[in-house]
Formats: sequence, C-alpha cells, structure tokens
Amino acid sequence: MKARGVLLVMLGLALLLNTGCKRQSGAGGSFFPASDQVAGWARTGDIRTFEAADLWKYIDGEAERYLKAGVQRVSTADYKFQNKVDAVVDIYTMGNAEGAEKVFQSEPAVDGKPIQLGDAAGLSSQSLVFRKGACLVRIVAFEGSAETQQALLQLGRGIDLRLAR
Amino acid sequence: MSAIRSADRRDFLKKCLTGAVVLGASGKMGLLAAAEQQQQQQGAVLAKSRVVIARDAMLRGVGTTVDSRRMLSLLDRAMQALFDRDNPMETWTKLVRPGETVGLKVNVLGGRGLSSNLQLIEAICERLQEAGIKANDIVVWDRGTDELEHVGFHVSTGGNRVQCFGTDRVDYEQELAMHGSVGSRLSKILTQRCNVLINVPVLKDHDGAGVTIALKNMYGVIHNPNKYHPNGCNPYIADLNMLPEIRTKMRLTICDATTACFEGGPGYKPEYSWKNNALMVSQDPVALDYTGWQIIERKRAEKGLKTLEGDSRAPHYIATAADAQHRLGTNDPRSIAVVEV
Repeated sequence: MKARGVLLVMLGLALLLNTGCKRQSGAGGSFFPASDQVAGWARTGDIRTFEAADLWKYIDGEAERYLKAGVQRVSTADYKFQNKVDAVVDIYTMGNAEGAEKVFQSEPAVDGKPIQLGDAAGLSSQSLVFRKGACLVRIVAFEGSAETQQALLQLGRGIDLRLAR
Repeated sequence: MSAIRSADRRDFLKKCLTGAVVLGASGKMGLLAAAEQQQQQQGAVLAKSRVVIARDAMLRGVGTTVDSRRMLSLLDRAMQALFDRDNPMETWTKLVRPGETVGLKVNVLGGRGLSSNLQLIEAICERLQEAGIKANDIVVWDRGTDELEHVGFHVSTGGNRVQCFGTDRVDYEQELAMHGSVGSRLSKILTQRCNVLINVPVLKDHDGAGVTIALKNMYGVIHNPNKYHPNGCNPYIADLNMLPEIRTKMRLTICDATTACFEGGPGYKPEYSWKNNALMVSQDPVALDYTGWQIIERKRAEKGLKTLEGDSRAPHYIATAADAQHRLGTNDPRSIAVVEV
C-alpha cells in the first residue's frame, strides 16, 4: 500500500515535470506577443524554432558562439510596426542565465546605449538586445525612423513581461 | 595595393603618355625608355588581379530603397572597368554565350537587411538576357527556397522566366565530391543545371572565418557546411573552392557591398552594419576577399573595434586559398589592382 502510494506520487511528479518541460519547450511560442497585444505591433509570420543542433541553418557560423554558451534553441518571428516598419524577434533559450550573459557581454557596444529592461539591455537606432534569466532576446528593425527606437522598446517590454511569467 | 582613380581606359592611357613626358627623360632614347617603362607598368597593372569597387553615394536616393536604374548603372560601371570596355554589353558578351545556363549563387543567410540585393540580381539578369541568355536559362539560387522567399525573391520554377529556387527543391548529389579536408554532396543546381556560375556574395564579417565574402559563399553549395567551421573555416573554404565543379564553372564574382557589416556577422545587426552603396567585382575571388577584408578592417578601426587578428579571427583562409597548393587567386597586395569608379 505504502509502495503503491510512493509509486503514485512518483507518477504524479513525473507528469508534472513532463508538463513543465513541454510548457518550457512550447514557451517559445508564448513569449511572442500576438498581433496588437503590444500597441502598433502585428506579428506577420509563423514562429520558427531551431534546436541547438540545427542552429547553423539559421545563423550559420555565429552558431558556434551560442553553442559554446550553452544555447538550447532559438525561436524567431517577424513583426510589423504600424504597417510601416518590418522587424524580426529572435529569442534564444540558453542553458542558464550565465549563458545568456556570456553572449550578451560578447557583443561590443557600438552606437548603442544601456537601458533598463530585463536583467540587462542595450538599445540602438534599429535594434534592442536584452537578457532575462536564461533568455536572450534580439529585436531588429529593418528601417530606422524617429519612432523606431520607442517602438522597439515597447515590443521588448511586452516580451519581457511574458518572460517573467 | 595600387589604386587607380577613374578607370576610364582612354583617361588611363592619356595619363601614361603624359607621365612618360613629365618624367623629363632627356633625348630620344631616354624618352623611349621612359615610355617603355610606363608601358611595362601599364602591362603589369593590367596583368594584376583586378578588383573593381564601384560606388554610388545616391544609390538609395534620399530614402532607404535601392534605385533600380542607379543599380544597373552602377553594375555597368563596375563591369566596364573590370573588362576595360566602354560599352556594358561588350562585357557580358565576353563573359557568357547564348545557350549557356547561368547560375547566380546569391547569399540570403543574413536575412532581410544583409542579403544579395534584389535590384542587383534584376540588373544582372537584365544584362545576361541582353547578352543572349534566355530567361529560363538563368537560375537565382541558394540553399533554401524559404530563405529566398523570406528576403523577397519570387520563387519560380518552369516557364519562360528567370528561375529562382533553393537546393531543397532538387536536392544534393548522392556522391561526395572530395578535395583535401572537404567531402561534401553538391547542390544539383550547380552540378546539373548550370554550366556557368556567377557568385553574388555579400560583404560581411564572420564570427568564425573573420570575413565571409566570395570564397565562403560556396558553403551554400554543399549539404554539410556546419562541419567546416572549426579553425576559422580553414582550410575548408580553400579546399571547397578547389572542387572542379566550382572551379571550372565560376566566371565572375559580383559582391554586393551595398549594405555591409563589420561585426556580428553573418547575420544582420543594424548597429554593426553600414550603407556602403558599392559593388565589388573581380574574376579573382581571393583578391576580392582580401580587398573586402581591408574594407571591413578600416570600418572596424573607424568604430574603435579591434582588428580581426586582435579578435582572434583573422581570415587565414585567404592566405590558404592563395598558397601553392591551391592557387585560387592572389592575396598579395602588390599583385592586386584596386580600381575605384
């Protein structure tokens, strides 16, 4: 009876962990705001995910840097701001927060400024990069305008909120 | 590197003759010797690997989109300077013949923002057709069809149109092609569809190789490029370009240097990119890669970044490509004539 009870608890735990993993592995999708969940931003494409072994198909030789830092996967989606500015959001899930920090720190600060977002963030005229826990987020706009920086920040905040959940 | 400003042939010859007189050679023999020396120098310059950099500061007008007519004009200027011709069509008829199938190996890995420019490809296709190549004998290609579509290329297979698709539509050869450290299956687009290859890479730095320009663009031709990134992609890049299917078909490199990147490549990061508004053309891919490397280093210095050597990623593959075992071109600046137009 006692053994059965232990077995049931173990089964229950296994189920919970499995759900957690699935949620985690599916979380890449939930990190991406749907259209109009962040003012002015519409998601214009499907979310694509590349696991670590296939990361090179997305970022070629740059994959080595992420692999050394313990990347697990990247999820990416296209966005459009006010039907004018196209952008892409990449969310890298690293093995741990140290991995995210390692990649973030490896990128030199050129024409950008640090800002308060996530655990650390840098904003330039057409891109926003921030890390939060084990996640590294890069948002790149393909055109620059007076509104682009603020728009990037809004989208970044929207993603940051989702990462905190 | 010797730089010749204004590569107009007549101008150049005029300068040579003027120079012969200005040398102040005394007497007939002296004058002849000076003229001979000038001719030898001219011959030496013409015998060098020529890399043409054509630039148009107004390529995008006042906006961000490349102007198609200006791109065509830029391409013409680059080709005329490379082949020493006054008429753009003379350059293309020198390069291709009717009946040939021409593959344009583009680079779309960087995604939007840092891929082979659509207007450039359109300009090349226009000139190829004027040179007698049928539209459906032109294949614009890279590794993945989705990647091509993602950056704005219109996928097309069949019909009387310029063809555009990825290797994923036709697959790779079953047999490995081997040379040195490389053993790879080649895209059937290269092996079965094209008998001429025009390389259309983008001017970018690379996290591993240091730079990725003409020679590394051939990584998009094989099924296993991920295997060839250790050690700064060296000697893999050079060995890959030795494969006969690549070496015998490659006729020209037209490097898209309209938007280039100096850090964080090969993906697009706007904070590390700049609007260079230029094309680089050459028939020597090693010389072109060497020249592109210098451009990237100058930009890095301007931005206060370390050299690629200082960042532990100097592009050693360039020297390998030029060495006695490969001889894919030259990396000796004394043997490279950079012509800016």
